[in-house]
This record gives sequence, C-alpha cells and structure tokens, in this order.
Amino acid sequence: MKHQCDTDILSGVVKYETVIGLEVHSQLLTVSKMYCSCSADYASTPPNTHVCPVCMGLPGVLPTINRRAVEFTVMTALALNCSIPEHAKFDRKNYPYPDLMKGYQISQYDKPMSVNGYLVIDIEGRKKKVGITRVHLEEDVAKLLHRTTPEGESYSLVDINRAGMPLMEIVSEPDMNSPEEARLYLVKLRSILQYLGVSTGNMEEGSFRCDANISIRPEGSKEFLGKVEVKNMNSFRAVYRALEFEEKRQREVLDTGGRITQETRGWVDEKGITVSQRSKEYAHDYRYFPEPDLPPLAFSREMVEQVRAALPELPEAKYDRFVSGYSLTPYDAGLLTDSRPLANYFEECVGLAGKSGGEKDIAKKAKTISNWLLGDFTRLLNSSNTRIEASNIKPWHLVEMFDLVDRGTLSGPLAKTVFEEMFSSGKTASAVVAERGLVQISDSGELAIIVDKVIADNDKAIADYRAGKEASLTFLIGQVMKASRGKANPAVVRKIIVDKLGGN
Amino acid sequence: MNDLHRLTIHEAHALLKDKKVSSVELTRSVLKNLEAVDSKVRACMRLTADTALESAAAADKAIARGKASVLTGVPMIIKDNMCTKGVTTTCGSKMLENFIPPYDAHVVEKLKAANAVIVAKANMDEFAMGSSTENSAFFTTHNPWKLDCVPGGSSGGSAASVAADETIYALGSDTGGSIRQPAGFCGVVGLKPTYGRVSRFGLVAFASSLDQIGPITKDVTDCAIVLNAIAGHDKRDSTTVPLGVPDYTRALTKDIRGLRVGVPREYLVEGMQPGVRKAIEAAIIQFEKLGAKVDRKVSLPNTRYGLAAYYILAPSEASANLARYDGVKYGYSYRDTTSMWEAMEKTRQFGFGAEVKRRIMLGTYALSAGYYDAYYLKAQKVRTLIRQDFDKAFDSCDVLVTPTSPTVAFKIGEKADDPVQMYLSDVCTLPINIAGVPGVSIPAGFADGLPVGLQFIGKHFGEETLLRAAHAYEQATPWHTMKPAIA
Ligand SMILES: [Zn+2]
Repeated sequence: MKHQCDTDILSGVVKYETVIGLEVHSQLLTVSKMYCSCSADYASTPPNTHVCPVCMGLPGVLPTINRRAVEFTVMTALALNCSIPEHAKFDRKNYPYPDLMKGYQISQYDKPMSVNGYLVIDIEGRKKKVGITRVHLEEDVAKLLHRTTPEGESYSLVDINRAGMPLMEIVSEPDMNSPEEARLYLVKLRSILQYLGVSTGNMEEGSFRCDANISIRPEGSKEFLGKVEVKNMNSFRAVYRALEFEEKRQREVLDTGGRITQETRGWVDEKGITVSQRSKEYAHDYRYFPEPDLPPLAFSREMVEQVRAALPELPEAKYDRFVSGYSLTPYDAGLLTDSRPLANYFEECVGLAGKSGGEKDIAKKAKTISNWLLGDFTRLLNSSNTRIEASNIKPWHLVEMFDLVDRGTLSGPLAKTVFEEMFSSGKTASAVVAERGLVQISDSGELAIIVDKVIADNDKAIADYRAGKEASLTFLIGQVMKASRGKANPAVVRKIIVDKLGGN
Repeated sequence: MNDLHRLTIHEAHALLKDKKVSSVELTRSVLKNLEAVDSKVRACMRLTADTALESAAAADKAIARGKASVLTGVPMIIKDNMCTKGVTTTCGSKMLENFIPPYDAHVVEKLKAANAVIVAKANMDEFAMGSSTENSAFFTTHNPWKLDCVPGGSSGGSAASVAADETIYALGSDTGGSIRQPAGFCGVVGLKPTYGRVSRFGLVAFASSLDQIGPITKDVTDCAIVLNAIAGHDKRDSTTVPLGVPDYTRALTKDIRGLRVGVPREYLVEGMQPGVRKAIEAAIIQFEKLGAKVDRKVSLPNTRYGLAAYYILAPSEASANLARYDGVKYGYSYRDTTSMWEAMEKTRQFGFGAEVKRRIMLGTYALSAGYYDAYYLKAQKVRTLIRQDFDKAFDSCDVLVTPTSPTVAFKIGEKADDPVQMYLSDVCTLPINIAGVPGVSIPAGFADGLPVGLQFIGKHFGEETLLRAAHAYEQATPWHTMKPAIA
C-alpha cells in the first residue's frame, strides 16, 4: 500500500480518499414535546401557541422526560444494531442564543442511550456496513424569523412552538467514502425511521436534518487533513451536491499545495457552493454537566428485549420478502422499500388484487402494480409534490382500474389517460371511463367498419404487409386505434386485420 | 383578642375551627402588626393585603361549610423565589423586578388549595445567593431581635417575618442553609426537608441538586403541619420521590428515651462563638435529661471539604440555571443598543448583582474545558464521600445535633465585603444539602442577646424522627416562646 502511494507521488498523481461522517437530527413523532406536555404538532399552528412555562424556559420550571421519546430512541437504536447501556443520563449543554429558551439544551453527553451500531448500505449490489457511533435524545430549539422593517432596520421574531420538540441525534462513524455512499446512508436511515414510525423523515420541512463532516486524505493514509463540517443542506440532493463540491474543493486545495482549514462551511444551494461560516464570536465550550433536574435512565434487559421483539418489519426484511414472495426484481424491490409509505401502498394493492389466482398470478399482478407505482404514479406524485399517503388515488382505486383493463373494459393505452384523470380528480376509473365514453370497443362488427376504412386508406402499408413486412401490421393497428380514439381493443383489431388480409 | 398575630398555626386553627375567631379577623391582626413593624424589619418584598383579605373571606366560608384543613384561613408569607401567579416574583433581583409568573409553584398551588392566606412575598438575597439578605437588589431585612443585625439569609425575609409576628408562618428555600441559618439567627424553627421530599416546581432555581423548599414556623408542631401540606411526589418534579407522606404531627410524642443523638465533633468548629458553644453544651445536657443517649465521638471527617465542594457544585449549576436571564423573553432588558449580543451582555451586566455574577463566573470557570475534572468532577466525588459520612454516622445514631451557625447574627455590613467570611456562616448547614438529608434549626438560647440555633440532622426521609427529637427538646425548653421587642 505504502509502495503504491509513493509511486503515485513520484508520478505526480496523489490518489485521495474521501472520508465522510454524518450527524442526523430527527424530530420524533411523539404526541407531546420532550420535556413538557405541550402538543408536538407545532408546525401547523400559529406561532407561540403550543407553548407552556416549561418549554418557554420561564423561571422555576422543571423538565420531565417524555417516555415515548425514550422508547422511540431505543427502537431506533435497536434497529441500527446499537447496544443499549444499563444506564444513561441527560446533560446540560450550555450556550447562549435567543432560540435556546433556558440558555442550555438538555442533551446527552458521555452516557448516551445507545452506542456502537451499524447500518448496511447497498452500493450497486455490494453491501457495506456504516458504523453508528451513538443515538441519543435531546430537545429542539425555537425558530428565529429574521425580518426587516420598511425603514431597513432588521429584527428577529421568536416562535417557541418548536422549542422542546424531541430531537433524536444519530451520529455515524466516518465510514463513508463518497457523496453517493452518504446519500445511500441517508436514504436507508430515513426509511428505517419511517418504518419504525418514529419520524416523518421529511428533510424539506426540517424534521430530518443532516450535517456532514468531510475530509480527504492520501489513499491508505490514516491521518485526516483538516475536517470540514458542512451545514445548511435541506434535501438529500443538497447533501450529495454539497459533499461532491467539497470533495472537489478540498482536492484542488491540496493539489495546489494548500492546506485544508478545519472549519464549518455552509451550503448555498442556489449557487451550488459551500462558503466558510465565520466562526462564532468565541470558541465553543459547551460546559456539559449532568442535568440535575432529571434522574438517570435505567434500561432493564427485559425492557430492551420487549422493545426489540415489538419492532416492526424493517426495510431489509421487507426487501427480501418482496423479492422472494412477489418475484420482484431487486431493483424494483429496493425502490419500493426505500419508502415505507410506498411499500405499504404496494402491499395494500397486492393484497386487494391478489384475492384470486395462484402464485404465478400474484407475481404477475405484483409486477404490474410495481410498474405503475414506480412509473406513472411516482411521476405524477413528484410533479405535483404530493405524498403518496395524501394522494387522491387509494390502493383500491388502482386495483379497480387494473380490473377494468383485465376485463377488457379499458384498453391498456387509455389506462394512462384515465389514471391521470383519476389522479387529479379522485374519481374512480369506472367513473372516468363512463363519463368520457372510453369503454373499450371489442365488438368485431363495430371494429370491422373502422378496419375497412383503414385498409382502404393505406394501400402502401397493405402492399408492404403482403410483401411480408411485419411492421406494417403494427402500423395498421395503430391507425385503427387512432381512428377509434384509443378505444379499440388492439387484440381484436389485430385478428380482424389478419383475417381480412389473409396470411400469417 | 389583640394578639392574634402572635399565634402559632395550631393555636390559630383551634380558634378558627371553633369559630372563636374568623380568618378575616386573624388576617387583619397579622396585617396590622405587619404594617406596624415591617417599616423597621423590612421583611416583605411585596404585600398582598387585598387578595389576602379575599382569601380570608373565602377561607371563612370553607370553615363555615366544615371544609377546613389545618392551614385554612391561616396567614402566611412566601419567599420571593417561589412563583405566584399574577404576583411579582423578583428573586430579590433587578433582573426579575417586574416578572409576573403566569403560574403557581407546586407548593403555592397546595397552599391555595388549602385556602391559605398569602399576605406577602418575602425579601431574600438575590437568587438565594447570600446569608444575610444584604444581597437583595432592593433592601436589607433587619433582625427583629436587634435591628442593626442581619436576619441571616437567603430566606432572611421569611425568618424575620415569622420572628416579628408579621405572619403565622412562612416558606423559605434552602440550598446551603438558607432556611436554617436565618431561622437560627431569628430564633424560629426552620426545616430543610430531605431532597426530593417537596416539589421544586415553581421554585426559581439556584442550584437544582441542592435546592429544597421548607417551612419557617414558630414551633416544631407548626413545622410538622406545614410539611404535611407541602410534601409529596409531584410528577412535574422528577426529583421528588414517590413516597407516601406520613402525618408528621403524629411523630411529635415528646418521648426520646433511648434515642441515639450524635454530636459530630467536626461541627464544633474553631471560631465558634463561645455563647453558641455554651448553648450547644446546655442542649446536650438537656438531651441526656430527656433520656437520649448522646454520642460525642461521631465523626463526619469529610465535612471539612464541604464548603469547597459546595462552592463548586452550587455555582456550576447556578451558571446554567441563570443563563436564561438574557433580556430577550422577560425581566430586565437592556435596550440601548442595536447589537443582539451587546443587549444580552449588558442585560446581565446591569441586571445581576455582584454576588450573583461572582457565582456565575465561579461556576462557568469550574465547568470549562480543561477544568471540569479538577473542579466539578472532584466536587462530585467529595459529595459522595460526604454522603457516605452521613450514612455511616446514621448507622450508630438516629439524629445528629450541631450548631446551626458558628455565630449568632452579625451586624449589617460586617461581612458584606468579605465573601469568604460570609460563606463560612453556612459551614454547618451546607454539608446537609450536599448529602441531601433533612435538617431543622430550632431556638436553643441566646448569646449576646441574639438567638442561637440548634441544628438537628436526620436520615434521608427521616423527618419523623428528626422532628420528634426537635420537638422533645423544644417542649423541654422555653426558647420558642420568647418574642423580640422590636425597637
Ligand atoms: Zn410546553
């Protein structure tokens, strides 16, 4: 290895290795806040309405531990193969800022709720373990809204609704070696949180946040050359782009003989660059000490095993089941299981569709459903920015549409149009078909009239067909479909044409 | 009856229950005396006379319906660091001069539920940091026994108000002696319950692992009565213990025959005032007369580290607890700047007094990177050793007895510029907070015309035995019946 490296240096080409560690903060889907009984459904309400003396940090208040948040954190830790110590404690992390109501955050320092786990990512078929350093529990801060008066004076407003929201921190080991691995890690982590039902995993809304540490080093070397922390990334794509940018920037700095400064950089999405964030007025010394207002947490082995036993099926297991049970391709199964809502939707559809038929039939139906979900449905969801759970189209809508296709009422080509209408209006497929008169024409007599007209208008195609050009048949069928405005049953049309022209 | 304000709770309750006196009459008498003497004693931060009379009228109705508990209709005073809904809670600080809490502290809820009559909020050292009330941002309270002396602190207002009959009883808070030391200085009874016995919810935090609310009363029976009312588990304070609350008054049997009373030798400290030593020696003889077995060999060797450990632990916690006072959300706010950081810094510069800033700096320093192990962690280890000392002592003793303070009340101004001398006045009380055990100070005579306090220390949640011992001594001596002539 060393020899290799020397050679590279001699030849003037240093091979660098990228090292990435991620720190994820995820809000938990608890009913109440972390240390008080205020509703955790803070985002949908006017500013400063979901607050109480405790989360406002008024003089004299005391925190109490949200048991559900602790349970969620243990669930997550177990799903990430972490070990749960017998005791954990909360600590105060001290720093002054107007969004921090008490002047300290109740977090966990040297005795977190879990340590030493891992998560497996799949890089084009290769499995890789990414270490999880720890999963712990803390609280979110208030939201500052920066404003400017018409006179140009700037001021800030504080919305305390978010203060005290339970926040789970998941710290990875610096085990990722490319922006793509980091992206895969986030996708996997988010899907695990969603499967557990502990987080929405929504990065755009800020309920799932990611900071990254990235450094590069000569391949094979153990030393880090100035770790850079990157913040302000609001989507998975932003994380990917920021890391890609930073990787390139650091290489260039080193290649031109520079040094990487250890610093925090912010991602500027519009410009696609990271910029150095002026270090805060003073160096951070959080002066952690044990939170005297909260007793230490004790985890009995029984409790841990109970939580473990109650864990829902996780993405990996579901993936395996989709591949073996429904004969889906690994690729499709991967896409479907990345998101719990999508996977659930898929299974609901399969459940509804699979009431009849054998194993082979199930696989066929599953394939059709998967194609629709990953194709047109995903496209429409993305372009309208809709979550699948919130979509107009419920699983039974989709299955009813398939049923119409199966029974010959709706033609395959028209199904797409019908689906789009269903998506925007929420109507059933049969309602759309009836309203728009899209019932498939399978009646031979009715179709024969159209076929005759097409034959009369397409001498050249007829001649080509008779000369043995198969493609001409497809062309002719297409002409009939067009003339029937898509309603003709293509199989019946084909038979009529072949019969009329003789041969084949 | 002219002297209703001089009554104890149990005496007042007997009259109220039998409808010989109404709560309104009792409250009027208390307010009248308060108005007469408080211009000299200056125990009260804020009078709540109007609402007091309303509560008294409501209490009379409850009594008429036969719904009277022992505290119903009895006037009382609350230290100004316990939140009272709609009534300013200043903590003796300019920082909270105009702070009106939107909620009641747990103890205040309990008292209101019992139809107690709150007549005033009491003066105190700023954020309970001090031993004389001289650190109050507003004024100094005077000792009713000698007006040029301090009443002790930080619950000096509460103790002085009880001694001066400005109230029937009061609540104080104790972090290192803040109930017991002023009770001792003022010749009244002051109990710091076991840590976790009384909810701290709504008590403005000084040092969270040491703070405890307790009664300041005219005798031990009243002390047990108030403890009955305020003790117990509160789900909003995770450090309260889910133990049942016994009726502490039933423990007051006066019988301490065979009780093992330890006199830890480390507490008969050098620099102790001769008059204090004499009073303690007399008390020991009294215990023996009452049939207790006195053990003078008990040792709490780590006591000598108590003061040092305390002045690491308490300021460390305080440095975090007081971080929220930044002028952004409530309280004093420095506005004459356009910079956010400057506003926050100046708010703290001008909003806090010197002692508070001194302790914030001490604590910030002790917790800083590179110093944590040498200071905070070490102090925590000392804390463990001190606890073990007490555990061991209680293997052979049922209660321990010490002076409450090495001296009687000192002159106003005498120690104001010497923080270390001031800190030393709590040297006998603060190990008790560090260990988390209960301690009560009761009057035990006089030295130089000022009351001497005798401190009883009990086991964790051993308030029954503790109060039984204190009560037996009290009943055998005349000290609790003596009243200052305020002049
Ligand atoms: Zn709240």
